[in-house]
Amino acid sequence: MASDKIRILLAKPGLDGHDRGAKVLARTFRDAGFEVIYTGCHQTPEMIAAAAIQEDVDVVGLSCLSGAHNYLYPAVTKLLQEHGAEDISVIGGGIIPDKDMQGLYDAGLKALFTPGATLDSIVEWINANITPRK
Amino acid sequence: MKDLSSRAMEGDVRAASRLIRNIEDNVPEMATAMKHIFPHTGKAHVIGITGAPGAGKSTLTDELIVAIRKKQQTVGVLAVDPTSPFTGGALLGDRIRMLRHACDEGVFVRSLATRGAMGGLSKAVGDGIHILDVMGKDKIIVETVGVGQQEVDIINHAHTVIVVLVPGMGDDVQAIKAGLMEIADIFVINKADRDGGKKLYKETKNMLEMGHFEDGWEPPIVMVESVLQPHTFAESVCELCDQIDAHYKHLVDKNLLASRFIRKVTTELNDSLHMAIFDKVVETLVNTGEWDKMLGLLMRKESDPYTLAEGVAEKFLKAVK
Repeated sequence: MASDKIRILLAKPGLDGHDRGAKVLARTFRDAGFEVIYTGCHQTPEMIAAAAIQEDVDVVGLSCLSGAHNYLYPAVTKLLQEHGAEDISVIGGGIIPDKDMQGLYDAGLKALFTPGATLDSIVEWINANITPRK
Repeated sequence: MKDLSSRAMEGDVRAASRLIRNIEDNVPEMATAMKHIFPHTGKAHVIGITGAPGAGKSTLTDELIVAIRKKQQTVGVLAVDPTSPFTGGALLGDRIRMLRHACDEGVFVRSLATRGAMGGLSKAVGDGIHILDVMGKDKIIVETVGVGQQEVDIINHAHTVIVVLVPGMGDDVQAIKAGLMEIADIFVINKADRDGGKKLYKETKNMLEMGHFEDGWEPPIVMVESVLQPHTFAESVCELCDQIDAHYKHLVDKNLLASRFIRKVTTELNDSLHMAIFDKVVETLVNTGEWDKMLGLLMRKESDPYTLAEGVAEKFLKAVK
């Protein structure tokens, strides 16, 4: 019988070494039954897009706390589009001011989670919105 | 658009990674793709890297990729990590050691979860190797999960098996035990600068001297010191890479490749029969409710597993009598 397991790539683009939150998420997603490819800190959008395609993930989760989300997150969605991989959903988290939200959604981000978002709400969003092997 | 298997054979990364996904997820189209691909396989040199959790398999793989790329060869990597027996989820963390190759088009890295398979690999490894092979990768590295003593399935898929040891894991009796210590074509003593590195070398060497090697290859022992000394680390891994090539040349020169290949095809035939027969039978039993009925009979001691199995065989295997 075919399996329907969600695969997710977690990455921290840019100059931000604070990965406690990303590791908590990695563990949370593991416990939610997802396959999590954890790639850690200091990555370029190019590295993230290449890894997402090689790993055939359904969703990419980006975390950035340094304030560079307006540059880094759209760069990832753009690269995925260029590689014909726009079906891979990109979601993001971090300290994102309200005024930046719309711009990021316009750039193709599917969901954004800011301080205060519960782990359950993130898992629920993924389960409700992500179809494996779409 | 062309089908996935044709695109993978042209080196299309997206198609190849989706094919591997289809194999992992066991989607029905997978068999059609593999029928197309199988005749074109068998060109790549498959290298297995195995050893205990934290022995340094991923870090060695990362440096090995550098060494292989220096020889102008392309590399595919399948890195296996464990699936949770409780949630079915997995944290695949091998790739984090290999990030520097992310944008090198000559390198393809794919993480696989074991999804319940025992033996140190995932069920998708066998066909995953075929996919990387037809993509045109010169070398394919399969990194097993962190293993204990008995998870030796890698020998069914790799031409060259590297067993990574680290100091401090036991005495010379451990070195002569069956299982993992028997399968190496090359030993790596990693973190060899740590306490016990030289002792482990001696124990491994003694173990090898007691053995005899029918195919004429005595496994070399490559000492690799701390990754924190990048220069000596890289040099040792280059030596490892040369030994890997020497082993493959030995297999070719002595006509031994077939002896490795037969293990792989045996495994593959076994797995396919399992899928085509056993899985189908069980699925039918589950769907008709007979499975639960049989479990009930066993719980109440009204029957035994042997009688039930004979009954199922009687029903499904008419041609075998």
